[in-house]
Amino acid sequence: MTPAMIQLSADGRLQHFLTIEGLQRKHLIEILDTAETLSGVAERRVKKVPTLHGKTVVNLFFENSTRTRTTFELAAKRLSADVLNVNIATSSTNKGETLLDTIRNIEAMQVDMFVVRHAVSGAAEFIARHVAPHIAVLNAGDGRHAHPTQAMLDMMTIRRHKGEFANLRVAIVGDVLHSRVARSNIHALNVLGTGEVRIVGPKTLLPADAEGLGVHVYHDLAHGLRDVDVVIMLRLQRERMSGALLPSAAEYFQQYGLTEERLALAAPDAIVLHPGPINRGVEMDSAVVDGPRAVILEQVTNGIAVRMAVMSIVLGNRAHPQEDFA
Amino acid sequence: MLDPEQLSSTLAERLRVLLASRGITAPALIGIRSGGAWIAARLQAALDLPGEPGTLDISFYRDDFSRVGLDPQVRPSQIPFDIDARDIVLVDDVLHTGRTIRAALNEIFDYGRPRSVVLAVLVERDGRELPVQADVAATRLTLGADEYVRLDGPNPLSLTIQKRP
Amino acid sequence: MRISLRNGRLIDPAHGIDTVTDLHLADGHVVGIGKTPDGFSAERVIDASEHIVCPGFVDLCARLREPGAEHKGTIASETRAAAANGITTVVVPPDTDPVIDESAVVELIRRQAGAAGFARVLTLGALTRGLGGEILAEMAALKEAGCVGVSNAQVAVPNSLVMKRALEYAASHELTVHLQAMDPWLSASGQAHDGQVAARLGLVGIPVAAETAAIGRELALIEETRTHVHFGRLSSARAVAMIARARERGLPVSCDVAAHQLHLTEIDLGRFDSEAHLLPPLRTMRDRDALRRGVASGVIGAICSDHQPHQADAKLDPFGMTEPGASALDTLLGLTLKLVDEDVCDLVTAIERLTAGPARLLGIDAGHLGIGAVADVCVFNPQAYRIIDAGSMASRGHNTPFFGWELRGVVCHTLLAGCPVYHHDEL
Repeated sequence: MTPAMIQLSADGRLQHFLTIEGLQRKHLIEILDTAETLSGVAERRVKKVPTLHGKTVVNLFFENSTRTRTTFELAAKRLSADVLNVNIATSSTNKGETLLDTIRNIEAMQVDMFVVRHAVSGAAEFIARHVAPHIAVLNAGDGRHAHPTQAMLDMMTIRRHKGEFANLRVAIVGDVLHSRVARSNIHALNVLGTGEVRIVGPKTLLPADAEGLGVHVYHDLAHGLRDVDVVIMLRLQRERMSGALLPSAAEYFQQYGLTEERLALAAPDAIVLHPGPINRGVEMDSAVVDGPRAVILEQVTNGIAVRMAVMSIVLGNRAHPQEDFA
Repeated sequence: MLDPEQLSSTLAERLRVLLASRGITAPALIGIRSGGAWIAARLQAALDLPGEPGTLDISFYRDDFSRVGLDPQVRPSQIPFDIDARDIVLVDDVLHTGRTIRAALNEIFDYGRPRSVVLAVLVERDGRELPVQADVAATRLTLGADEYVRLDGPNPLSLTIQKRP
Repeated sequence: MRISLRNGRLIDPAHGIDTVTDLHLADGHVVGIGKTPDGFSAERVIDASEHIVCPGFVDLCARLREPGAEHKGTIASETRAAAANGITTVVVPPDTDPVIDESAVVELIRRQAGAAGFARVLTLGALTRGLGGEILAEMAALKEAGCVGVSNAQVAVPNSLVMKRALEYAASHELTVHLQAMDPWLSASGQAHDGQVAARLGLVGIPVAAETAAIGRELALIEETRTHVHFGRLSSARAVAMIARARERGLPVSCDVAAHQLHLTEIDLGRFDSEAHLLPPLRTMRDRDALRRGVASGVIGAICSDHQPHQADAKLDPFGMTEPGASALDTLLGLTLKLVDEDVCDLVTAIERLTAGPARLLGIDAGHLGIGAVADVCVFNPQAYRIIDAGSMASRGHNTPFFGWELRGVVCHTLLAGCPVYHHDEL
């Protein structure tokens, strides 16, 4: 079964937003263009459009993430939807109800969209396969698999600074193995025809057969950064900083931390992205975080527009056509 | 025959008279994309107003989102002036059901609080579904239920009456 | 009961027989092949023309789920399914609940199997108490109770000294040790082969080294202990090569493969298809092909089902949260015949890997149909096809990655010690 099948309708329109894999350039461009249109909403006196008035969006978070949940919540509210936040701890002590029972319960509340975050790869897709057909599912991060709205906000940020993707070299640096952000970014960059996508990190933090994802693999940061136009830094989870994956946070920073000196190896106008939250002094030096090349706060702003765009496109594609409007 | 350039001139004349009668000296024009925006550009020139007219894209304000979804051609609204306490002239090509105007008024009020809004349309036809009237219109038409007015443009403008398939 | 199977194509790999003939059974044994023995009069004659008559299949690994997981299956339900698929002997690994680490559990299983009467159920006793990997199980007592070997099922014995002692102790009692090679750390929380599919889907990878590192350690210990070790459910090309080399060096080792490993690869995970969540995981085409060659050459002496029936809920979750394993009794014959169709091996070899091969590895007198042999017989129609779906599956578990596949080979009669335990009316 191709990934496109579940999230696309028979005529190729987005019905859910689960993964970038299997989408075409036109899908991504539609999201980016709509996000650009919606980004103006935040600059008006009333930071809201009535598009999803009367719709109910449920933030279904099986994994805690206040920050991501907040941006989805804000996006839904700026589209005038009602938002329900459901946080379900998945600690092993708290088992009992199955995931499907949870879904059945909430879908019985006559909602229109689930925004799903889950620690297990494939969870959003599983829910999309089993949910009532009128409910759209947005993946807000599933395990190590995908985080497609994060990828699209990164693409929006890159496009705003760089325009076309064809001539770009992009380096994704850090813990690719455990990163859903990295996987979705790799797919998005490739779908948009990026000149070269590199991943940079120690072998312990890169997946087996990484080249199969359509990237060039570097283990040396200096080589990996040479002449790149965009640097996407990945977050390193605290529990992975010292153990069998890495000896210490200090050695990681020394080898893979982004400093101004290392950034100087990239193209002179290279920009630096990070999905946040940042570990200063681990992934990046503060001078880079606070410096002119970092576009990290723009990413946050763009994230709201991208999520508004995806919500309105997906729910719009589920409209039932009747008569025209004049 | 409907000559849209001729109708635009007529509309500009009637609008000038209306604005004068209301003592409005510095109106701000806002056209509804796409036909209304083309007409607004002509009115802006005909009335010799400074700057650019605003443009509204009401895609996110339509009341039929649940039936027709999002227009993939949606573009940003552009209001290059402060709406607060301004006298707005809202411009559209055809006034039919009134729903577009309802959506446009809502969007305008999300930008600020105008002092007044005047509605100027090229063609006012029958078929109103909401209590909306044009303050000025270049022409009025009564059409069959299966007919609609179509404006192509922007250069040249062409106005035709078509039948739904 | 005296039964004559007339005009079937008798395939008895143990005796190199492949010919159209009659098979005569009396008092649970084979009493004649071809010519009717003097004084024999059949009480029942089965027309086996156009059918294959072969020894009942011997399945080296099938979980019947009893005791402990009767919501997935019972000895009665799963042995009935075995009979419906021509399987007359199943070997149960010790990871029941309670674990087969004392005679009472062996006795319980024997009693239930006897009451059901559909198939022979042989047990593997635990290698370590509670499968805990620390204290040796009472292997001598388990052997006495009837266990045909010992095993730690899918649970690793991390401590090499414990493993060495366990092998030594098993060898002292002439018990074959059945191991499923999986390094506990390299496979920890693993969900899929550590390759391109796991990289793309973000699944936790299980590298081939999880299998080969474990085999490597065990081979080093076997060099010293000379214990007969059977490695079950191989999944990788490198593992097959290691076992082949060890056998060339004269080490007393053997191995089997689960039928699904001969047909599926990591690609069959599709988009998180939980039916393809298996342990060991589905690997690459290269691995699949090496396993096939191992079956053809005989390095892999048996094809087993690795039957693991589940209730529907067990697979209704995101991939990583589902229980691994497939319900596989219903696909064992079809998948094995598919090897013949795909020119992996000839029909006699394929049947051998289901009959004489596994029987020899177990050291039991089964899997052949010579005069005097126990009359465990399977009669199947090699020209008929069946679609694998809920309606056609005999097992209580409907979890299979082959759902919807059309497989060749339909079992028509299964005889256990000369008694019909399954009969299928052909359309």
